[in-house]
Amino acid sequence: MNNPLIWPVAVPLLSALLALLWPRRSTWIGLLGSALSLAAVVLVSRQVIESGAIELALGGWSPGLGIALRADGLSVLMLLMSTLVSMAVAVYASVYFSRSERRSEFWVLWLLLITALHALFLSGDLFNLYVTLELLGLSAVVLACLGGSRESLQAALNYLVLGLLASMAFLIGVALIYAGYGTLDMAALAAAIESGPTAWVALSLMTGGLLIKSALFPLHFWLPPAHSNAPAPVSAVLSALVVKAAVYLILRLWLALFDEVVTQTAALVLGLLGGVAVLWGSWVALQAERLKLMAAYSTVAQVGYLFLFLPLLAALPEGTTRDVALGALVLLALTHGFAKSAFFLAAGVIMQRAGHDRIAELGGTARALPVTAFTLALAGVALIGLPPSGSFLAKWQLLSSVFITGQWIWLPVIAVGTLLAGAYTFRLLGYAFAPGEGVGPSLSVGREEIPAVLLALAATLLLGFWASVVWELVPISAYAGGGG
Amino acid sequence: MTQALIYALTGAVLFMLGVRATLLRETLLPRLLALNVCGAGVFLIFVSLAYRGDSLPVDPVPHALVLTGLVVAISATALALALNRRLREMADE
Repeated sequence: MNNPLIWPVAVPLLSALLALLWPRRSTWIGLLGSALSLAAVVLVSRQVIESGAIELALGGWSPGLGIALRADGLSVLMLLMSTLVSMAVAVYASVYFSRSERRSEFWVLWLLLITALHALFLSGDLFNLYVTLELLGLSAVVLACLGGSRESLQAALNYLVLGLLASMAFLIGVALIYAGYGTLDMAALAAAIESGPTAWVALSLMTGGLLIKSALFPLHFWLPPAHSNAPAPVSAVLSALVVKAAVYLILRLWLALFDEVVTQTAALVLGLLGGVAVLWGSWVALQAERLKLMAAYSTVAQVGYLFLFLPLLAALPEGTTRDVALGALVLLALTHGFAKSAFFLAAGVIMQRAGHDRIAELGGTARALPVTAFTLALAGVALIGLPPSGSFLAKWQLLSSVFITGQWIWLPVIAVGTLLAGAYTFRLLGYAFAPGEGVGPSLSVGREEIPAVLLALAATLLLGFWASVVWELVPISAYAGGGG
Repeated sequence: MTQALIYALTGAVLFMLGVRATLLRETLLPRLLALNVCGAGVFLIFVSLAYRGDSLPVDPVPHALVLTGLVVAISATALALALNRRLREMADE
């Protein structure tokens, strides 16, 4: 039992079953399950930080025949982010769903979603990745329609069909890899895959599927309706974590498995799509009339930034400079995870208090809900990339990679995208801090306001001041001979 | 051309037909059927991969994968149909 790798998956799974069997106590089981998952992730992280990447062969079957779980620096960072965000969101959800009839259904699905996320980040096998992707997609779809409105059902249905298509494309890529190399174990594949037609077609199909799931422009159209019509806690995890899981997989495939196959041109194409996503997403967010729709389009833009790194990473030679750029990418993803979940939770608080989330009618928010207004401002700081947020440091490194590689084309994209992010944030804050009666008077700081402000603080202060941890952890790879 | 290759190519064609219809159709039921055609294509490819010549037994790994894939496909189809029915009921109300 000295290998803790199974716990981040087993704890939420067992809690989900328990919540299913004991619906009357589901809230407590959900909170306890989330807290214990957090503890399990901390256990795994400590071991990875102390002794490098770790591996667990499930049931004692060695990889090749059996399935391996692996944790390295990158997966530990994603795990830590997802478990911290989901813990905070769980506290918020315990208030949000306290009187809802769908309470027990929410907690079962919620714990299953955490299980799927953790299994995805720890999976060391391509087919297992497909299974976790499907588990993640299915639980996300059902969570997204818990609101029960027509729009949310329609959006969830669209999300489901596109998600299935994406998984099929991924699966056919897996089949090609198995045909070409006779194994699905990612550590073995990392050494085996060479450039060739099989690898090319497989990579394109898998990447294509994952691009749908990560909502990269022009495949983003399903995201805004699905994310903005879901209940607030669900929107928060969909935008902060579920989209990131697909981006994480693209990183794994491009940088660890198919690093021999990826060409500068392919990376440039994704970078260009990312650039358009930054500009288009921010532009639509600026015009959005509803707070949650604005947040959803801002997610489209923020995902675009992550893809800007790919052509830079492909151009940089292996070494410290490349590791720094990769660390910046991860830092940006983590910061966005915290900031966007904080944003959606704050939007949920406003929506429950005011009964709507129309931006133009938000006057009086700052007086009625000072903590929530503060949360929106802090999250906005991280979305724009102002100091001391983690995204400030990440964008700084993004710019320095642009200078080093001489790919000047990204410079105007980053500049305009940042200005647009500033514009939509300050437009929102302008309304929220204006006097008005849009949001009723508040009596005290509610329990539901605390998780959001903590998440926003994590994005702006924690990741800003302790960003060095990210850069230390990212180079620990399970695919480069284990450790160091 | 070997038999396994014919199956694999048929699978690829089915997959592409399915993708096309999923993206182009407007109503849910044809899209869902198309998705299942897509899935059948993928599974056919997996099954044909398992063939290792007449003298060798078939490779069990792709078969195991197909079983898992089938379970996922059925559950997802059921979920989509349930959602669609709920939408219909809401439209009637």
